Amino acid sequence: MKGQGILKGLGVTLKHLFETYTEDIKAGKDRYYTEDGVRQRMTHDTKGIFTVNYHEERLPLAEAFRYVPFLVYDEEEGEQKVRCTACGICTKVCPSQCIWITRAEDPETGKPLKTPAEFAIDIDLCMNCGYCAEYCPFDAIKMDHDFELAGYERLEANIHRKERLLKPASYYAGIRPKSYALEQKAKAEDAERKAARRAKRE
Amino acid sequence: MNDQTAVINSINQSIIDRFPEWVRIDEREGYEGVTVESTQLVPFMQTLRDEFGYDSLTSVTGVDYLPEEKMEVVYHIYKSTGGSILVIKTQVPRAKSVVPSLVGLFPGAAFQEREAWDLLGIRFEGHPNLKRILMWEGFAGHPLRKDWQEVFFEGEFKPYEDRWPEGKVSKIEANNPYKENIAYPKGFNPETWIPEGEELLFQGTAVIEQEDPGIETEQLVVNLGPQHPSTHGVFRMVAALEGETVVDLEPVMGYLHRNHEKIAERNTYSMNIPYTDRLDYFCSMSNNFAYALTVEKLLGEKYQPPERAQYIRVIMAELTRVLNHFMAIGFFLNDLGAYFTPALYTIKERELILDIFEAVAGSRMMCNYFRFGGVVRDLPEGLEDHIRKLVYDRLPRQVDELDRYLVENEIVVGRSQGVGILTPEQAIGLSAVGPVLRASGVPYDIRRADPYGIYDRFDFDVAVRYHGDVYDRFLIRFDEIRQSIRILQQAIDALPQGEILANKPAYKFKMPAGEAYGRVEGPKGELGFYVVSDGTDNPWRYHVRAPSFINLTGLREMCLGEKVADLVAILGSIDIVLGEVDR
Repeated sequence: MKGQGILKGLGVTLKHLFETYTEDIKAGKDRYYTEDGVRQRMTHDTKGIFTVNYHEERLPLAEAFRYVPFLVYDEEEGEQKVRCTACGICTKVCPSQCIWITRAEDPETGKPLKTPAEFAIDIDLCMNCGYCAEYCPFDAIKMDHDFELAGYERLEANIHRKERLLKPASYYAGIRPKSYALEQKAKAEDAERKAARRAKRE
Repeated sequence: MNDQTAVINSINQSIIDRFPEWVRIDEREGYEGVTVESTQLVPFMQTLRDEFGYDSLTSVTGVDYLPEEKMEVVYHIYKSTGGSILVIKTQVPRAKSVVPSLVGLFPGAAFQEREAWDLLGIRFEGHPNLKRILMWEGFAGHPLRKDWQEVFFEGEFKPYEDRWPEGKVSKIEANNPYKENIAYPKGFNPETWIPEGEELLFQGTAVIEQEDPGIETEQLVVNLGPQHPSTHGVFRMVAALEGETVVDLEPVMGYLHRNHEKIAERNTYSMNIPYTDRLDYFCSMSNNFAYALTVEKLLGEKYQPPERAQYIRVIMAELTRVLNHFMAIGFFLNDLGAYFTPALYTIKERELILDIFEAVAGSRMMCNYFRFGGVVRDLPEGLEDHIRKLVYDRLPRQVDELDRYLVENEIVVGRSQGVGILTPEQAIGLSAVGPVLRASGVPYDIRRADPYGIYDRFDFDVAVRYHGDVYDRFLIRFDEIRQSIRILQQAIDALPQGEILANKPAYKFKMPAGEAYGRVEGPKGELGFYVVSDGTDNPWRYHVRAPSFINLTGLREMCLGEKVADLVAILGSIDIVLGEVDR
């Protein structure tokens, strides 16, 4: 019969329409504007309304999620201790060459120091590939979770300099708890091994 | 591996025996295939096609060997019945780089030869329409030549010197003021230049000689695009119409051109992986896969990915195929006029797959997930279970629902059945690949014909349909999703534990000199990378054989004689992504 295919298709859309209501009734108030509700919409058996009302509702970000990089500093006795040693590996692996580093110099001797005097990332060029974080041997540069960077000015505001890039290690631990724990564990093991070696020598 | 090389060598030998005077085995270190005298190219190719069965010319490109003052044209050709690729090269002096065109034998070479002329300045004698294809007419020079430099020139190779240890940041564009950052060829005035397509458009109507003098008709030239919602991006079709019937059509592209290949030749090998994401931005995992395969071929056995990485690669590539075909189906319905209801149902499935990509790679679309010798990150906790639920429970159900929803719909059938037909002979001749080729009745799938990775371990059917019309190209995507789900189920069940990277994470590689052509069956067809290494950190030549771009070669053939309203449906059924067409 002509028209059967169309009717069958309309049946599918009708099912979808009904499901939005049945799901709403089933879940009650918990479906919208709650984290569980949003998570439910990401599961494999989600039905009904699928969209998320950004920004009242937000999709939970995966830990691996990456957006423009930031620099990590440790807090030791109230002082900022920048992890970056200005070794320049991130500038060498960066595919879009958006990182500029000026190595600090000892003001008296003029010898290069293991810390950056200036560190700048042009986020207009940055393609969020994550190579800098991946290859940094000191866990000093990491990819951020903050993706809301819209602004009215683009020339100066979109060059992130050292002051803006620096974020505490506690922030990093907050957005990437698993990677942080792994790194801390590896560091502790490393320190232990070093201590053992030193003890042996003595 | 050795058996395969032996087979290839015996084929090569039989070819060389046939033409002992001007065919030689390419004996340079790391190179494969045969070299031919350029004067004898056409008869040689004709024999290959007619006697040896090499009927599909898949890739045509050139390599500029500046130090040797040579220009090399490289052809990759295979049999549509299966088997590996044969590489054919011909060398001409760089100053006078002219080779005979193969369009007469393989119509599929038409766009690729134009591309090689445009970017490398190789003149193909006998090409019916040898003009620029990606660049515009006001462009000076041939950008892929090694001695060509752009106005934004910062340095020959990355990493640039001025980034470290005394980096002084400034906006790149500040050094390149507007109007100074452009150069025209001699005698070219952009103010007085009239673009060819527009000229046609504004001339508009040309009176056609009529057999029946009673009716006066005019031929009308219609521009679809570049700004047109149905062209899937900035793509233009110039169609000549007689009434409603298309009598001629020419695709115009290059609006999104960024010279991906030149950028890649400046990059180091590992820097290119995130750039490949941006080719076909729906299928970044497949793009990564093809590029990683190619470079692993160059790097050799040591970089064979471990088992777990192999399985993860297959899972990601097949998920990509599923999501791409869902999108292709949804947007094809958009093109037919079913505005966004089907598209949103398919986008929903895509979102669920993108969640997986985000969890594993950190980004939904620009995955940058593959590394030479494996993948960058292992699956996070709980993801395996999620994928299993998706491929066993949800996706099969959703494909069936989509099938119920669309396939028998009389409007879809009426709009697409018998429209835009491509016969198997045409499809092979036009170098069509992927769903377009298989919907024309040629069961060619690289996963089966020339397996890569671990695809030889999975049980699946090569989807094929026989009518070659728009409807079959629509249906074959359902078949392929179902086959992909079959592979996914097997892969997720067999996923072993273990390492995910064959070597230590590295960004610099000791790259031996040589060439490699790696190809995968991407969602849109054969995605190939041709990389030539000169032993340094940067590839000497990097070429992308883009399936969307080469599938467009057949667009004119499909559209001739159809109604203008069907153009959009035909274009939608090819499933192009402009990031890959224009590169």
